[in-house]
Amino acid sequence: MTFHAFSFSRFWAVVAKEFIQMRRDRMTFGMMIGIPLLQLTLFGFAINSDPKHLPTAIITADHSTFSRTIVSAMRHSQYFEFIGEAASEADADTMLDEGDVQFVVNIPEDFSRKLLRGERPNLLVQADATDPAATGPAVAALKQLVSTSLERDLKGPVAQLRDAAGPVNLILHNRYNEEGITQYNIVPGLMGVVLTMTMVIITALAITRERERGTMENLLATPTRPTEVMIGKIIPYIVVGYLQTLLILVAARLLFHVPMLGSIPLLLLLMLVFIAANLAVGITFSTIARNQLQAMQMSFFFFLPSILLSGFMFPFRGMPVWAQHVGSILPLTHFLRLVRGILLKGNGLHETLPHVWPICIFVLIVMTIGIKRYRQTLD
Amino acid sequence: MKNGELVIDVEGITKRFGTHTVVNNIAMQVRRGEIYGFLGPNGSGKTTFLRMLCGLLRADSGSGRCLGYDIRHESDAIKREVGYMTQKFSYYEDLNLQENLDFIARIYGVPKRKEVVRASLEKLGLYARRKQLAGELSGGWKQRLALAASLIHSPQLLLLDEPTAGVDPKARRDFWDEIHQLAADGLTVLITTHYMDEAERCHRLAYIAYGNLLAKGTVDEVVRSAALSTWAVSGPDLHELAASLRELDGVEQVVPFGNTLHVNGRDAEQLRKAIQPFQREPYRWRQAESGLEDVFISLMDTAEDNFK
Ligand SMILES: Nc1ncnc2c1ncn2[C@@H]1O[C@H](COP(=O)(O)OP(=O)(O)O)[C@@H](O)[C@H]1O
Ligand SMILES: [Mg+2]
Repeated sequence: MTFHAFSFSRFWAVVAKEFIQMRRDRMTFGMMIGIPLLQLTLFGFAINSDPKHLPTAIITADHSTFSRTIVSAMRHSQYFEFIGEAASEADADTMLDEGDVQFVVNIPEDFSRKLLRGERPNLLVQADATDPAATGPAVAALKQLVSTSLERDLKGPVAQLRDAAGPVNLILHNRYNEEGITQYNIVPGLMGVVLTMTMVIITALAITRERERGTMENLLATPTRPTEVMIGKIIPYIVVGYLQTLLILVAARLLFHVPMLGSIPLLLLLMLVFIAANLAVGITFSTIARNQLQAMQMSFFFFLPSILLSGFMFPFRGMPVWAQHVGSILPLTHFLRLVRGILLKGNGLHETLPHVWPICIFVLIVMTIGIKRYRQTLD
Repeated sequence: MKNGELVIDVEGITKRFGTHTVVNNIAMQVRRGEIYGFLGPNGSGKTTFLRMLCGLLRADSGSGRCLGYDIRHESDAIKREVGYMTQKFSYYEDLNLQENLDFIARIYGVPKRKEVVRASLEKLGLYARRKQLAGELSGGWKQRLALAASLIHSPQLLLLDEPTAGVDPKARRDFWDEIHQLAADGLTVLITTHYMDEAERCHRLAYIAYGNLLAKGTVDEVVRSAALSTWAVSGPDLHELAASLRELDGVEQVVPFGNTLHVNGRDAEQLRKAIQPFQREPYRWRQAESGLEDVFISLMDTAEDNFK
């Protein structure tokens, strides 16, 4: 019964064959090297759960040493980066609404006078708390830093102001997500993630499958135009995408009680641009991939940075500048701002537009590549 | 279009992939109602040529008309009237027969679609199996489905790319009966095949190797124009005899057919001289007719010398 014994040479024949095939499929081989490198870069260098240099605006009518001390201490902490002065509170609100700043520091007019009188003046800090993880560490540092920074200035006769409660009454106002509930941020974001996953992977697979099985040749031999095939294949998945969105919206409402301040129809409308972006990616992948496995791998290659660099899992502003640049290319990054803006901040069309056009540019560029490649594969 | 009119009339058709010329300066004329066989070794450019005819690929040069339409500029019109059965089964394995036919009928905008699909299923004896998934069909049934699908829009021209590869003899015979019936009704058929018996069932044929058209005409014309001289020899130890004959100048092919060897060459006189020393007991020699296969293999060998 030697036939039943484990044969090393037979086993080795399989191993050797497997290696040859692995080497032949250059794309898969590339992905096997590429994906770990990508993960290493993303997790090792890009991701940082201690976001610093958060853009901060200041409103102040008090130009005293004390104000300057506080501002410079905040700057020194590296958590806050002052990008300018807001002319008015309305101006500051717009900046927060549009996501231009994370914090607004408001130093009232009579700040230094009250401080010297020991009246514990208010120092008002408003935070965009849609993503509690983005503001958390900065807020923790702020509490500490306000009292310690003033210690140096409060010397001599005013030294007694350095009492236990601190010389200043720090009022922190968490905007948009007062209780700092993480789900408020994650659940709407999930919509974008699910759409990215479905749209990219499924379109890439659906079209590659048609080619892999040879049915594409048949289709192209009929009077159907490539655009009819493309659009015809895509529409069902757009419907699926909307069903997924509705499912998440209902769950967000009923299970997680996520606030929905803005207009849902507006969200559903602008979502089309985002869906288009993902479909464009899927189609472009399908023109490059030779089989479904490759299509899957490429989708994963796109999916990974989308999740990690978009601000879905980790605060966008916590990443180094290069990673933020990469993140800004990805449609998910802008869609997250858009959907969180509409749901949590009650943004209208005007405030969301800055998040829409980068997705449009992405669609244009990727579509162009996709159409160019599609032409080539016909011949 | 009347009988005898040219359904395919192209010339100078050339296609290159990179630097590799896959179809080289080919002309072809096919009349209405004709079954035209297209033969040639694997990789000789048959599929590529068919793809150019139905507008799937753009020819690098050449011109002509297919069904009266310009092949370079009117491929949409051509596609509407051509049925193309691809070499590889190319319908949806995860759709059932009826769904497949229905889909293709919709794509072509067939009027009275439901009736046409039903009639097509019944005609091909597939009606009872209409709910079966195409992927579960055996080779012969898949081929019938593919034929039914490529006929669903009543095309004027049928392009069949190795339709009978891997199909059993009975199914093959039925298939050819069907093709002859269709041709009798006025359909023009261009069919590629590797089977000699099928080649002989065609009204006319063309032989292509390495992208070059080497012969065309009726079976007789092709055989005659090749002017191949063939002898049949029988006797003992044919294996050794074959080995000795292959060494001779003037002998091109030595092919065993059961208990005889077929020996042929293009130069009749040289061949006669070459085999003279072997025309003795225990061997019995007679002159034989050259078969289509002998002719094709001879053509291919010549082509190999010329174009490789
Ligand atoms: N899309 C393509 N790109 C590059 N080479 C191709 C392509 N299609 C076919 N070929 C090559 O062209 C030659 C002819 O192929 P084909 O027309 O399929 O031959 P046949 O059908 O006669 O077997 C082969 O050498 C094949 O490798
Ligand atoms: Mg072929």
